[in-house]
Amino acid sequence: MTTLKPDAVVVGGGAAGMAAALELEKAGRSCVIVEREEGLGGILMQCAHAGFGLVEFDEELTGPEFAERFAEKVLASKVTVLDGATALELRDEGERKVLDCCSAKRGVVRIEARAVVLAMGCRERNRGNVRIPGSRPAGVYTAGLAQRLVNIEGVVPGRRVVVIGSGDIGLIMARRMSWIGAKVEAVVEILPYPSGLTRNIVQCLEDFGIPLYLGHQTTRIFGKDRVEGVEIAPLENGALDLSRARTIPCDTVLLSVGLVPENELSRGAGVELNPATGGPKVDSTLMTNVPGVFACGNVLHVHDLVDWVAEEARRAGAHAAAWLRGERPGPELRVKAGANVRYVAPVKVDLSRKNRVYFRSLAVLHGATLEARIDRRVVRKIRKGHVQPSEMQSIELGPEDFADLAEAGSDAVLEIALV
Amino acid sequence: MERDLVCVVCPMSCALKVRLGEDGTVLTSGNRCPRGARYAAEEFLDPRRVVSATARIRAADAPERGEVGAVARVPVRTAGPFPRERIAELLEAVYALEVALPVRRGQVLIPDALGTGVDLIATRSLPFPPAGA
Repeated sequence: MTTLKPDAVVVGGGAAGMAAALELEKAGRSCVIVEREEGLGGILMQCAHAGFGLVEFDEELTGPEFAERFAEKVLASKVTVLDGATALELRDEGERKVLDCCSAKRGVVRIEARAVVLAMGCRERNRGNVRIPGSRPAGVYTAGLAQRLVNIEGVVPGRRVVVIGSGDIGLIMARRMSWIGAKVEAVVEILPYPSGLTRNIVQCLEDFGIPLYLGHQTTRIFGKDRVEGVEIAPLENGALDLSRARTIPCDTVLLSVGLVPENELSRGAGVELNPATGGPKVDSTLMTNVPGVFACGNVLHVHDLVDWVAEEARRAGAHAAAWLRGERPGPELRVKAGANVRYVAPVKVDLSRKNRVYFRSLAVLHGATLEARIDRRVVRKIRKGHVQPSEMQSIELGPEDFADLAEAGSDAVLEIALV
Repeated sequence: MERDLVCVVCPMSCALKVRLGEDGTVLTSGNRCPRGARYAAEEFLDPRRVVSATARIRAADAPERGEVGAVARVPVRTAGPFPRERIAELLEAVYALEVALPVRRGQVLIPDALGTGVDLIATRSLPFPPAGA
């Protein structure tokens, strides 16, 4: 067994892990990245489409290009990369966090560190999570799995495709499958509006004449050995109208029905989770309830742009470095999601400095105004215009917004609302 | 001839009506900002897309099937927006490629694809990091 003793260990070598590790190294801290795949980059490596890096690099890059730019910096730094290694368990042993890993190349590796950054990303929700009835034939894939098969492994998963869910991965896979010569018969969305960006609706569906069924539920998957079709039915006022059900023949079903932060390691370490995001609850320094354990990127909450992942991860890395120096957050104020807001992350702000809070709306709103309130007193008002759940929003709040907080009392709450 | 377009410049998703004026200029209504008019003109006269795909690796350089961490295809894209009407032709050219390794990110695989002035480039270095880097 090998033992490594860096100042910090970063779990996950995708965009979040690399950005956090580079920040730790910049602060003079020794750091190990543990990555399950061979090589760095995470999910970006299978995202062959363009659209990454507009904020970070002012260019429209594909996933692998974005990832390689970060990976080059990591490999040129003193950060140790332990790839092809699975993190098995995270626990406290006195002052130290211990992360047990195993890899085919190095066997069991024990990492002892004083700080941990969780950057494991997400998993896809699958058929079991959304309970689609019917038989269990071959040919049902999550969209991300199909993306990996097509873009990395060079395998065509099927010829006649129905995509369930209109998230961006599903839309992008509809275009990808069309471009490799498959026929995409339909995209089926249970909500009355698409989950993905308008740009993707236009460029991934309309360009190919792929029908989008909004407000439709998939009521059955047919087929014995291989998928033969799906049955869909419209929802009228929340109830299924089976009289208008239709069958769409296909040999492949791709599921794009959402992402869930990967929490096994966090749970085992006693990290408290936020039901609204599915990821850890973090304070103003992106630290979880377990002292010295930080979280960033898609494991914290699902982002729609990798550029925001990198931004957030840099802060997590910098805060972890500060924590290693013995710094602790100043007085904090609790943040909660108000009207029309699905979640906020983090759930605390530091009163002594600027804080960036990410949030998502609950619904599509036109002419919306963002209000930050402390105990019902509006401290900041921003005209937002159009907001929709698929576009993550953020607000920066600083000491000027927290003036005359003394009168609000110690159990004051900052509320982020859209009105 | 009037066409309905949805603007994709920002999330407002304005419903645009676009037609060609008698003097040959593109007339747009429904846009809430000048960027919408610009998008409408481009999309109406010369729609373009950044095309991404994957290309075959030359057999002698390709990994064994099932090899751990093996990358079986080289991801590629057009270096800039490419005429939408010619994407099918471009894909045929991409699928006919046999890319020799090593390949570097940004390496031009098809210069001036189909005479459009747009290059097709690799978007991933194989192997990574490149030898000698």
